[in-house]
Amino acid sequence: MSVLVLANIDIRYGRLTAVRDVSFSMKDGETLFITGPNGAGKSSLLRAIAGVTPVAGGTIDFDGYNITGRAPEDIARLGFSMVPEGRDVFGSLTIEENLLVGTGMNSRQSGWKARTAEDMEAVYETFPILKERRHGQAGLLSGGQQQMLVIGRALMTNPRLIAIDEPSLGLAPNITDQVYERLIALQAQRKLTLLIVEQSSTRAVLVGGRMILMRGGQIVLDGDARTLGNSEAIQAAYFGYEDH
Amino acid sequence: MLQIIFDSLSLGSLYALGALGIALIFGVMRLVNFAHGDIIAFCIFALLWPSTDAMAIVFAGNLPWFLLIPLVLAVGAGLSVLCEIVVFRHFRRANPATMMIASFALGFVIRYFLLMLYTSRPKSISLLPMLSQPVEIFGARLPLLQLITIVSTVLILIGLSLFLRRTRFGLEMRAAAENFSMARMLGVRANRVIMGAFALSGALAGAIAMIFGSQTGTADIQMGASIMLMAFIATVIGGLGSLAGAVLAGFLLGAASVVMQVVLPVDARPFRDAFVYGAVILILLFRPQGLIAARGTKERV
Repeated sequence: MSVLVLANIDIRYGRLTAVRDVSFSMKDGETLFITGPNGAGKSSLLRAIAGVTPVAGGTIDFDGYNITGRAPEDIARLGFSMVPEGRDVFGSLTIEENLLVGTGMNSRQSGWKARTAEDMEAVYETFPILKERRHGQAGLLSGGQQQMLVIGRALMTNPRLIAIDEPSLGLAPNITDQVYERLIALQAQRKLTLLIVEQSSTRAVLVGGRMILMRGGQIVLDGDARTLGNSEAIQAAYFGYEDH
Repeated sequence: MLQIIFDSLSLGSLYALGALGIALIFGVMRLVNFAHGDIIAFCIFALLWPSTDAMAIVFAGNLPWFLLIPLVLAVGAGLSVLCEIVVFRHFRRANPATMMIASFALGFVIRYFLLMLYTSRPKSISLLPMLSQPVEIFGARLPLLQLITIVSTVLILIGLSLFLRRTRFGLEMRAAAENFSMARMLGVRANRVIMGAFALSGALAGAIAMIFGSQTGTADIQMGASIMLMAFIATVIGGLGSLAGAVLAGFLLGAASVVMQVVLPVDARPFRDAFVYGAVILILLFRPQGLIAARGTKERV
C-alpha cells in the first residue's frame, strides 16, 4: 500500500518555479532517497509535504488522506515526521525536553505515559550519548549529536514515515557514517519508512533502496539506487550533459 | 536606603510584568503588541460602572479580593484572547511591521472605546483600601501595598516559570517560541499555543492593572501607555523574546528610575527620564542583541 502519493506537484516562490509537475509514490517500509544538485527542488518538495511550504498545484495524499494545504501540525498528527535541514533542535530546551515536544500529539491515547517512557528508553538505547546528557541544553551538543537528537525526536512520535533533509549537512564524514549506521539499524528494527534528501547520490548507493534524482525542479531518474548509481545516466543527470 | 530598594523593586515589578506580557507574545508570533497598555487600562475600567463623573461608581471593584483578583485576571485574559481571534489571527502571515501597526490601531480602538464610556477624565478609585496602611520593617515604614506588589510579582514569576518548565503546555510554548515552524512539524497546535500566550499576557495585564490602580488610586485611560513604554523598552534591552531578559531589564529600569530620582541634582530631577533613556541607549550600543539574547529569532513560517 502506498503511504505517500504525490501527483503533479508544482511549487513556486513568486515567479520562480522550484518544483514542476512532480509525481511519485512511496510504499510502506520503503527507503527512498531524493538526490540532485543544489536548487533541484528537493527541500522544497519535502517542506511542501510537511505543510510548511504551500503547493501551487497538484495533490499530496498521506496514509489515504489528502493533506494538500493542511497545517503542518495536522500532517504531523497523521504520522509524517519531518527532520528539516539544519536540524532545528530547540537549543534552549534540554535534550529530554526536545524529545518530549512531539509526544503531546498522542497524549489522548491510553497508556501514553508508559509508552512515552518506553520510547524514550529506546531512543536512549540507540543514542547513548543523549541519555548521558539528557538534562543538558540541546544547543550545546555537537552537530552529529544534534542530528541524533532530531532523529530521536522524530522517532518519539511513532511516525509512519520519517523524512530527513540532508542528514549529512555540516557533519564530518565519519559522523555521517555513524548517523547512517543508526538509521539503517533502526530501519531494520522498526520497519521504518524513510524519505531521505541528500545532495550526493553516493550515500544512496551505499545504503541501497530506491532513488529519485531531481534536477531543475523535475524528476530525471527513478529507480534502484545501486543500479542507477553505476550507470552513466546519473552523471548526465548531475552535470546536465543533455542540456548542451 | 531600604526605602530606595523597595521603591525600585515595586516600580521594577510593574515594568517586569509589563515586559513579560510583551515578551510572551513576541516569543510565539514575533508581534510587538502595542495594544498591551490599553488592555491594562481596560482591566481597571472593567471594575467601574460606565459614567462620566469624576468620582467613579465602583461596580465590580467592591467585590471581596478573592473574587476581585480572578475577575480582573480573567477580564485581561479574555480581552487579550479576543484580540487574537478577531485581529491578530488574520495577520499571522503578515510581516512583523504590519502586525505592529495593527496592534497600534487595535490599542486606539480599545482606548477610544473606554473614552466613549468613561470620558478621558481620570477617576479616583479605592481598590483594596486596607493595603495603603504602612508597615514597619527593619525600622523603615513601608506601605503594605509595596510589599504586596513585590511579593505578588515574585509569586507570579515563580508560578509562570513553573508553568513553563513543568507542564506540557509550557513545554510546547517554549518550543514554539524558539522555532515555531519546527514545533508545528512536531504536532504542536499553533492556535492553541498562540491563544495560550495571549491569555497569559492578558492575565499579566490584569495583574498590572490591579497593582497600578491600587498604588495610584486613580483609573486613567492613559495609565497603560505610561507603563507600556518602559515595559517595551525593558523587552528590547532584555533581548526581544527572552522572558528572563524582560524581567531582569524591567527591574533594572525600575531601579534606574528610582535611583536617579534620588541621586540626580535637584535641578536635573524633572529630566530624570531623559537620563534613564540615555542609559538605555548606552546599553543598546554595547549589547544590541539585548542583555539576554533570545535564541531562535528565526523567521516564522
